[in-house]
Amino acid sequence: MKGYTGILENGVAIFYRDRKRWFWSLSVLYPLQPFLGIWLHAQTGNEAWLLLPLALSYIGAPLLDWFLGEDQNNPPEAVVLQLDRDHYYRWLTYIVIPLHFLGLIGVAYWAGTQELAWWSFIGLSIIAGIASGLGINTGHELGHKKSRLERNLAKIVLAVPAYGHFWIEHSRGHHRDVATPEDPASARMGESIYKFALREIPGAFRRAWDIEKDRLARRGKTVWSSDNQILQSLSLSAALQLGLIIAFGWKLIPFLIIHNVFAWWQLTSANYIEHYGLLREKDDKGKYERCHPRHSWNSNHVFSNLVLFHLERHSDHHAHPLRRYQSLRHFDDLPTLPNGYFGMYLLAYVPFLWYLVMDKRLLALSHIDGDLRKVNVDASKNAALTEKYGQTQ
Amino acid sequence: MSTYKCPECGYVFSEEDGDQYEGYPPGTKFASLPDDFACPDCSVRFKEDFEKV
Repeated sequence: MKGYTGILENGVAIFYRDRKRWFWSLSVLYPLQPFLGIWLHAQTGNEAWLLLPLALSYIGAPLLDWFLGEDQNNPPEAVVLQLDRDHYYRWLTYIVIPLHFLGLIGVAYWAGTQELAWWSFIGLSIIAGIASGLGINTGHELGHKKSRLERNLAKIVLAVPAYGHFWIEHSRGHHRDVATPEDPASARMGESIYKFALREIPGAFRRAWDIEKDRLARRGKTVWSSDNQILQSLSLSAALQLGLIIAFGWKLIPFLIIHNVFAWWQLTSANYIEHYGLLREKDDKGKYERCHPRHSWNSNHVFSNLVLFHLERHSDHHAHPLRRYQSLRHFDDLPTLPNGYFGMYLLAYVPFLWYLVMDKRLLALSHIDGDLRKVNVDASKNAALTEKYGQTQ
Repeated sequence: MSTYKCPECGYVFSEEDGDQYEGYPPGTKFASLPDDFACPDCSVRFKEDFEKV
């Protein structure tokens, strides 16, 4: 297996092998699971197999995260530059792109051409959306990079979930405003995921549109210019989805509506759990402190990190957004999620259970220490939460 | 004409070149950038964080 040599600060030479090197290919294979359900359906004639990916993600992944546990290892800083320059890792993010397109086209073909019961048709549409939501994750990893190639690939892959504004919204909006009440993509304590979605989805689109409008205005162009990168990606989405409707028939209209909503819902789910209640403090001049690792919830769970290009090492990602997935680090004393993302999504979908698990965990963080003034609180819940948890500071 | 660098990600703003993509033409003074200017590459460092090269 390939290894890297480096010199530590104390002058000692080291040799490092990335034990996860080949396992990162799981992030390429994971979006293909709808095909497993389709294959089993084709083999047995039993439509229930089409729903298998739901069981894999929402029962299998949380159990595997619980069983395999966490990995807190970091690559030595002395070899990070070599890790970043190793093109194997970025090639994985390239080759998954056609697979996202093939995934949507393949599932759309099955939904459009098979006589399916209503429940399996809806289930298959949801599963297609979840798989395309993973395309947002691929676009996320690519969109943070400086190279024109990776940024263009991000815009292309974001056409699959029809979320072309995400690259601008996330890199230029969310990262700037994260863990503040001004950020539509940072959830507040006491805010359910359903209330959050109604703030996040339109708010994030408006922010991306405004950022792109300002950039184009500086260049003397209107927001409707062909240089508008949101419109470029959305045009590709429109061509793809219209093509699917023409190829596979009218049934693709409800299929694509459900697909799009659930693809977006994947991002909403991730955003909800990634910064719940966390708040950057303001200095004397009213300026927010820099984003530190403590401003994102982190998870070191092995399985779900391997299928999501290390997305769950979110604390390091937000503090250092250009760091590549293979080099993201764990730090001590981070806000830590008790399971991987898929398990935490399930918890978030049942708000009272989410509050039960997460509110105490949030208030127990060392930099908050029970002080609600250091928490991003939903204003409508402030009085109730103050009464419930009081002020210890 | 001066050059300023983002301490987080190494993005460089050269007053001589400006940043065409962002819509800042050659000759744009760093001081004339908006007060809420965030690094176009990482977005986690702001105008006052930039270091003169």
